[in-house]
Amino acid sequence: MNEGNSTPNAEVEAAPKRGVPIWIQVIIWLLLLGLLAIIAFNMKRSQQGSLKVGDPIQNFTLSFFDGYQFQGKPEINLSDLKGKVVVVNFWASWCKPCEQEAAALESVWKTYESGGQVVFVGVDYVDTEPEARKYLSNFGITFPNGPDVGTKISQYFRITGVPETYFIDQAGNLAYAQIGPFGSESEIQAIIDPLIQK
Amino acid sequence: MKRFLWIFLAVSLFSLVWVGNVFAQKPTPSDDEVNAVASQMFCPVCENTPLDVCPTQACAQWRELIRTKLSEGWNADQIKQYFATQYGVRVLAEPPRQGLNWLVYIVPPFLIVIGVYILFRAFRSMHTVNQLAGGETEPNGPATDEYTSRIEEELKKRN
Amino acid sequence: MVEDFGYGVLILSFILAIYAIGSAVYGYVHRSQKWVESSRLAMQLTFPILTLSVISLIYLLVNDQYHVAFVYEVTSRSMPMYLKITSLWGGQSGSLVFWAWLMAAFSTAVSLRKWDRDREFLPWVVVVTSLTMAFFVGLVIFYENPFLQYWKSFSGDVISAMFQPAGSAFFAPTDGRGLNPLLRHPGMVIHPPMLYLGFVSFVIPFAFAIAALVTGRTDDRWIRITRRWTIIAWTFLSLGLVLGGRWAYDVLGWGGYWGWDPVEISAFMPWLTGTAFLHSVMIQEKRGMLKYWNMLLIILTYALVIFGTFLTRSGVLSSVHAFAQSAIGPAFFIFIGITFVTSVALLIYRWADLKAESQMTSMLSREALFLLNNLLFMSILVVCFWGVIFPLISELVTGQKITVGPPFYKNATGPLFAALVLLMGIAPLSAWGHSTLKTLGQAMWKPLIASLVVMVIIFFGFDIRQPYALIGFFVIFTSAFITIYEFWRAARARSRAQKENILLALWRLAGRNRRRYGGYIIHLAIVCMSLGIIGIEMFQTQTQGTIAQGQSLQLDGYTVTYKDLAVFDTNDNRNVARAVLTVSKNGQFLTELYPRRDYYYESQQPMTIPGVRSTMADDLYVILVDWQPILSSGATFKIYHNPLVNWLWLGSIILIFGSIVAGWPDKEVEIVPARVRRNQIAGSAVGQQVD
Repeated sequence: MNEGNSTPNAEVEAAPKRGVPIWIQVIIWLLLLGLLAIIAFNMKRSQQGSLKVGDPIQNFTLSFFDGYQFQGKPEINLSDLKGKVVVVNFWASWCKPCEQEAAALESVWKTYESGGQVVFVGVDYVDTEPEARKYLSNFGITFPNGPDVGTKISQYFRITGVPETYFIDQAGNLAYAQIGPFGSESEIQAIIDPLIQK
Repeated sequence: MKRFLWIFLAVSLFSLVWVGNVFAQKPTPSDDEVNAVASQMFCPVCENTPLDVCPTQACAQWRELIRTKLSEGWNADQIKQYFATQYGVRVLAEPPRQGLNWLVYIVPPFLIVIGVYILFRAFRSMHTVNQLAGGETEPNGPATDEYTSRIEEELKKRN
Repeated sequence: MVEDFGYGVLILSFILAIYAIGSAVYGYVHRSQKWVESSRLAMQLTFPILTLSVISLIYLLVNDQYHVAFVYEVTSRSMPMYLKITSLWGGQSGSLVFWAWLMAAFSTAVSLRKWDRDREFLPWVVVVTSLTMAFFVGLVIFYENPFLQYWKSFSGDVISAMFQPAGSAFFAPTDGRGLNPLLRHPGMVIHPPMLYLGFVSFVIPFAFAIAALVTGRTDDRWIRITRRWTIIAWTFLSLGLVLGGRWAYDVLGWGGYWGWDPVEISAFMPWLTGTAFLHSVMIQEKRGMLKYWNMLLIILTYALVIFGTFLTRSGVLSSVHAFAQSAIGPAFFIFIGITFVTSVALLIYRWADLKAESQMTSMLSREALFLLNNLLFMSILVVCFWGVIFPLISELVTGQKITVGPPFYKNATGPLFAALVLLMGIAPLSAWGHSTLKTLGQAMWKPLIASLVVMVIIFFGFDIRQPYALIGFFVIFTSAFITIYEFWRAARARSRAQKENILLALWRLAGRNRRRYGGYIIHLAIVCMSLGIIGIEMFQTQTQGTIAQGQSLQLDGYTVTYKDLAVFDTNDNRNVARAVLTVSKNGQFLTELYPRRDYYYESQQPMTIPGVRSTMADDLYVILVDWQPILSSGATFKIYHNPLVNWLWLGSIILIFGSIVAGWPDKEVEIVPARVRRNQIAGSAVGQQVD
């Protein structure tokens, strides 16, 4: 109705019209593309979910809790275990469902221990040591266990919670991923046995 | 005589230390002391909730760990450092000031300074344009659009 | 049947939106009013059609139709009726439908306005709003369909699909999983609608801005048309944020209202740019300056709305507020890419046309101060944006997650907020075009003295010595007094001139220039809210302790005594542990509090409900942390003392009032004594209030 009062001195309008300088345009587009790229990569990462069966597993080193050892050493390197089936179990002492499977895991470990073809490794996820030790002794766990220092291993496996168990075949590739607890010993054996036979 | 004095001093110092030992040993840290440290940390189990208020079992255990460390005489920074190495730097409420993380602290002030500079330049260029245009351009005179001042002027005229 | 109907109308509304886009573009290119008009009609129809879909979904929710997957996931038989209805937005797919529905409501509303003078904008407004709505409807149709049903294959697997797969049978669970207990709260019932309303209503000014860019009609017409939409959008967004805070305070049990969580921040960022926009458009209206800046701000606001929705819903960020992982990410990403790139390209293309019509004449002019205000808002935005984005960058580079938490944001934004509040007081005193230190000083010295007096009282009377708190209080009181003084000065002048009672004068004054005085009321609301924020941020104290029955905890003069605790099951499938506490101060009994911990069997989720004693001076906020089965052996309580926090909620109510004043459509012409009317220069006064 009266836009008139918004142009008090119109003579400035006469100034030559200038667009956006090219170099600023370049910066703007680069920033925009950079932002989109960051989001794209992160989205890809978050959409990945857990590791896929068949993915090669990177080497990691796990130092054990005191009292545990593997072949006389207080730590384990995945790369040293080529040719063996490796079962990586993520757990925590505060995790109720982990307790369901703890005894089963231990007894399955006992059946394979002497064979030497299978290695069980327990990775303790964001846990405190005294409670973790209590948990281990409660369930009489004998296979080597250690804390996931810096949550590096669990971040690599992109675990979504505990318990989760990963089965790595002789070639070092992921053969099976179990999300959540096992129901029985036979369930675990049914996954390991075909892997040994390969 | 003098030697005995020294021995006496040494013995009394020892007994003082012996007796005082009990005071040097800290009592079990209270919940408040634990929470003061815990509130500066985040636990990966309950994301984006400070450790002092997270209700999960995992976080309760972490708080007990803080209590243990406090009773061992650790200070807050040492405890945070320990948790950071043990569980990763994401437990810290703020990224540590090192390496790439410096960007967190540097980029916003940098951009804000650029903003201030742009604004300042805009002001100045406008000022020069004004002077070129022949001093103050007062489109409507000071505050003409102010309804109140109009009424005030009205008042002046009446009085 | 109902689910098929609901899905069918959903598809129909999608087709309508796509048609609206197509015919609008065709009409624009071929200069055919008929096609444009047809697109307008199509857009108009989307709201009624989508309403049918929403009604179908609500029907399913209310009638326990658990063979529909969404209904199974968010409701259960034990839930009350109002929760069953509102669980429409309790899950990803339902809330997307709801979002699209609100968007349709706004596009229909905007299609109903009188377009006579702005015909050239119409096709592009249709394109932008319909595109946004079609995108959300499309997400629902192709990725997150709430009408999927359960089917049981003969091998016993339960699958969800829209139509019966071959070799499967109808399957309906007897009861649903129930709504996430955290969402069963009145605050959560109205928080998402408010937030979404704020989000979608910002699409309207954006649509007009894009229309102005495309058509080249870059004067301030688009701003004048959308002024009221912007105020509405801003109000809803503000309310959404405050309600979210209230929900966190009541339900999350961490004694605070705002945790600088990435999801909270992504809802806060459009508010920052929206508020900056709300102010800087006034400069364009009055002085014809900052055209490109306003364009940039509204584009940013829209981008941040979409971006925030994306972050929350795609699983890129995790948070208490976020939705579960979802497949909509890539589609969302493409939409974001297209809208960002197109808007920026348009802006660059039209840059030269957005030249200012006048020049800044004084560093103390109101436009200069508004620019400073914009700089501060943008600075806060930069801090927030960087804090949300940096962890993503860091994780990409180092592979390690990091947290950018409250300390970072508090340190970085605290001074900026303080400067904003101070500026909020001063800026309204300055005049458009020109003011001097002298004119500013004249208007300021009285309120300044008043606030200094208050500072002395605070310093000596309340014994407050923290420098930051003192600065905060000073800023707040100065701002408040200047604003109140402005009201009084104007009301007194008018009451003398018109021989009116001062209250009547105030009322008439506000009526004459609703936008300004509504704005001042909002400023006062912000002052109140700042007071609450300073109270809880700087003076919150807490204590925690395990006490046996009959024992007490002390905090800031309050004594909290543990009387009793009961653990029981309720008939809506909860296990409740409820403590009884008494609160007293100086030996005087004040009240009983009942903090409790609810455990939901269905979702296996605990929920901490604080017991709160709330007054204008302070809140006593008690949480039941833990308890022993044997009562006498004790329970653990955490007590927070939150001074002044109620001013935060009070402020938000004042804010609503101020927004209503500012946004109220002015139609009626006020009767002014003839003499005054004659003295008004045509335009200058009326221009402020008539659209």
